[in-house]
Amino acid sequence: MSAYALELKDVRKNFGKTEIIRGVNLAVKAGERVAVIGPNGAGKSTLFNLISGRFGLSSGEILLNGQRIDGMKPYEINRMGLSRSFQITNIFPKLSVFENLRCSVLWSLGYRYTFLKALSGLRDANDRADELLEMIGLEKRRDTLAMNLTYAEQRALEIGITIGGGAEVILLDEPTAGMSKSETSRFISLIRKVTEGKTLLTVEHDMGVVFGLADKIAVVVYGEVLAFDTPEAVRANARVQEAYLGSTVADSQAGGH
Amino acid sequence: MEFFLISMLNGVSYGLLLFMLSSGLTLIFSMMGVLNFAHASFYMIGAYFGYTLTGLIGFWPALIVSPLLVGACGALFERLSLRKVHPYGHVPELLVTFGLSYVVLELVQLIWGRVAVEFQPPELLKGSAFTLITHSVEGMRLVLGAAPADMCASMDTAVRVVCSPFPATRAFMMVVAVLMLVALWLLLTRTRIGLVIQAALTHPDMAEALGHNVPRVFMLVFGAGTGLAGLAGVIGGSTFVTEPAMAATVGSVIFVVVVVGGMGSLAGAFLASLLIGVIQTFAVAIDYSFLSLARDLGWQLSAAAQDNTFAKLTVSQVAPILPYLLLVLILIFRPKGLLGTREG
Amino acid sequence: MATVYKFKPLNVGRWVIWSLFALLLLVAPLMFTRNLSHTMLEQMGIAIIACLSYNVLLGQGGMLSFGHAVYTGLGSYMAMHALNAVSGGKLGIPVSLLPLVGGLSGMGFAVLLGWVTTRKSGTPFAMITLGVAELVFAMSLMFSEFFGGEAGVSGNRVAGQPFLGITFGPQIQVYYLIAVYTFVSVAALFAFTQTPLGRILNAVRDNPERVEFIGYNTQRVRYLAFIISGFFAGIAGGLGAINFEIVTAEVVGAARSGAYLLFTFLGGATFFFGPVIGGVLMVIAFVLLSELTKAWLLYLGLVFLFMVMYAPGGIASLIMMNLRVAKFGKLRQIWNSYLGLGLTALVMLAGAGAIIEMVYHLQLNSALGDNLRFMGVMLNARGLDSWFGAAFVMLTGLGLFELARRQYMREWGAIQEEIEKEIKRRETAV
Repeated sequence: MSAYALELKDVRKNFGKTEIIRGVNLAVKAGERVAVIGPNGAGKSTLFNLISGRFGLSSGEILLNGQRIDGMKPYEINRMGLSRSFQITNIFPKLSVFENLRCSVLWSLGYRYTFLKALSGLRDANDRADELLEMIGLEKRRDTLAMNLTYAEQRALEIGITIGGGAEVILLDEPTAGMSKSETSRFISLIRKVTEGKTLLTVEHDMGVVFGLADKIAVVVYGEVLAFDTPEAVRANARVQEAYLGSTVADSQAGGH
Repeated sequence: MEFFLISMLNGVSYGLLLFMLSSGLTLIFSMMGVLNFAHASFYMIGAYFGYTLTGLIGFWPALIVSPLLVGACGALFERLSLRKVHPYGHVPELLVTFGLSYVVLELVQLIWGRVAVEFQPPELLKGSAFTLITHSVEGMRLVLGAAPADMCASMDTAVRVVCSPFPATRAFMMVVAVLMLVALWLLLTRTRIGLVIQAALTHPDMAEALGHNVPRVFMLVFGAGTGLAGLAGVIGGSTFVTEPAMAATVGSVIFVVVVVGGMGSLAGAFLASLLIGVIQTFAVAIDYSFLSLARDLGWQLSAAAQDNTFAKLTVSQVAPILPYLLLVLILIFRPKGLLGTREG
Repeated sequence: MATVYKFKPLNVGRWVIWSLFALLLLVAPLMFTRNLSHTMLEQMGIAIIACLSYNVLLGQGGMLSFGHAVYTGLGSYMAMHALNAVSGGKLGIPVSLLPLVGGLSGMGFAVLLGWVTTRKSGTPFAMITLGVAELVFAMSLMFSEFFGGEAGVSGNRVAGQPFLGITFGPQIQVYYLIAVYTFVSVAALFAFTQTPLGRILNAVRDNPERVEFIGYNTQRVRYLAFIISGFFAGIAGGLGAINFEIVTAEVVGAARSGAYLLFTFLGGATFFFGPVIGGVLMVIAFVLLSELTKAWLLYLGLVFLFMVMYAPGGIASLIMMNLRVAKFGKLRQIWNSYLGLGLTALVMLAGAGAIIEMVYHLQLNSALGDNLRFMGVMLNARGLDSWFGAAFVMLTGLGLFELARRQYMREWGAIQEEIEKEIKRRETAV
């Protein structure tokens, strides 16, 4: 058993001749909440894609609970306990909210590719889906088709699908993108609630959210991790201030978040 | 030897015809993401328009007018029908072109009948482009046009003379295809619209974000692609046969070409077209079977083996399925296609 | 109309619907007693199974296949060979189980060919199914031992030991055999939609990439669906072999695959019962419509085109949308619009039909003189007044139809708004 839930060792990724990820080293302990911040185009989403198996590495290693997962297919990685959400909402539009959630729990409950059991009879799957429904606060929209939900509701569903399988390591890619202030704060408490006790990595741009939610911050600039430390340490880090934060932090702090 | 050369030329000319068709298909697919199921139908319309126009204004003017008409039809279809379906996704687009192929087939049969029509090539192209004369003593010689009869027969029975003519229509096909290829290459690499299309070949979303009048560009590209098919139709229809079944015979082959070459790759389509053209042409002419191979090698086969259907099959009998066999093999061993850059 | 309407009919009603279906199957040959009707009913049962099996791929899995006839056709061939083996005393299974032979063959070929086919998705998948279909059809001309060459393979369904006195000599016995298989297949396929694999298949249709991130191998899901589809396709094929007692190469041909696609889509791929409608329509079109006019394929193609453009959910979706309107009590408002649409469409079609029939007449029947009867009117195929008249009727109809359509769209939009408001009102009231 490794000490770390998620480890990245000298991860590099080239697209053609361009190096997007230029040697990332990261070690996240179990239960830690890490906010991944950095300017646009720094490679944050690419990192998530590499970890979740959507893209292959050019070199380096990624370990989940001590086991190498680089080179594995996304569903293999998911089955090992890592789940992710997407920046652009990625749900099942023609299925109802309940069906969306039920689909996300099926594999983890052991229902493989079976076509000999009726969905309505799967007590554990249905109960868990209802549980998730309540957790994300969409009970009133149980039977609404996912494509007919509002944007915020779809984002909530997205989270629901992500945690449905009971993964211990959760990657959330800009979960609050496009939300208003009030929606964001409600959403953050939702995230805090549903990822209780799990290892969380989330890409975020809202500094207030970051400082409120995260145990540690990883600053990604230009394909490298500039700093990986507690929020206070990162705020005080001169390199980070120079490269990214600048005076924005002082302003947002003064704004009283 | 002459058999090999002539067959090679025939195969290459057929392959170039396939390329004329598949290039338009690839362009449309790369630019718009639509796989035009009715592409071969536009080929057919090109042939029929060519046939009717030749009767009215002569072959050479028809060669120019027919593709333009076909392109106009394609652009019209894009404007009225395809555009409407575009927001629903790629499957409805494919379905709408599938429906079009039915409608076109029926309309063609309605207007021109169900029997093949006599689409004759012009006088200039009726003869042979050149003739290969193989003299068992004097070696090979090339004669432009048709060889006179006395050159093909020999007084001396010890000397064997074989005259292999190469039809002018086929030569013309190759010339037009090569010209079209060059023009396409110039268009894609030298002009602005060409650069946009090149970008669309590998990064369609980016090209869409470039801000050109995208609907109009789509209409033009679809019209151009179908126009190319129409051009191929005039030539193919006058060289081979013009009948309602011509769309079906060539239709499935060009889809194989596109998948084998790699979806979205013009170079791949070129390679695959030539490959399939040559393979099919050679295969049809070879009467070899596994049985004859065994005989030549001196193997002794049991009576049951000799009677076996598989063993008795000659290459020429197998010829029709070779493109599809190639498709399956490519899918197993090289799913991206020969030169594919996109997954499609 | 891009939105999908969800309308859940009564759940208790499920038992009622299935019982009615069974009853209908039982009683149909007594209601329609003519020989032709029985033939059509038999073919409808087979077509329903075939289209439903196709919709496992199209509507449930989002996989567009151009080569479904391969599996129904090969199922037919295998069943026919098995039938001949039964007749020859080499195989001891009852004729009534032969469709299962077809089903297992369909499944077998799907296992074999599906592995290559389902490696891709979307458009490449469609192209591969096309290529495989052409491959099989081309092979049918090469291997005449299995495919029977030009004459095909024929057999006699009165073979083997009769079971409870059933020999399948009388046509009515064949009908009931088909009816039983139809009921069981429809029930099984419906049950499939309510299983984990069925639901994950829907998820694959909606968002194939996301499915990988909830732990499922998308390709494996598609492969399994392909196999299940192949099984039921084979059953339909087997029934066809018994019904027609002859199997020719056209059963694996492109035209048949195209027909499955066309009619499944026409019936409606987004609802379970859509392909049932599609199968029924397919038989009606092939048997009746083809007798009515020579231009039936043209009409069919045009209807299909318009369906894809304006009603991609097929007839089933049209029914469901209007049922929803009726549920909210608003059908009366739009009734007039429908009437207007229908009448103007009829006028337009009359004109277009006249033109098309006249062209066909000139094409094919010129020996019979220039006059033909169309909808009770005597037309002269060479007379300018007939042509002008038809064109005038068509264009007038077209203009009026456009007016009616605009009016209809306005009213429909207004009704949809009213319904949405009502739904919101009911939600908040709860």
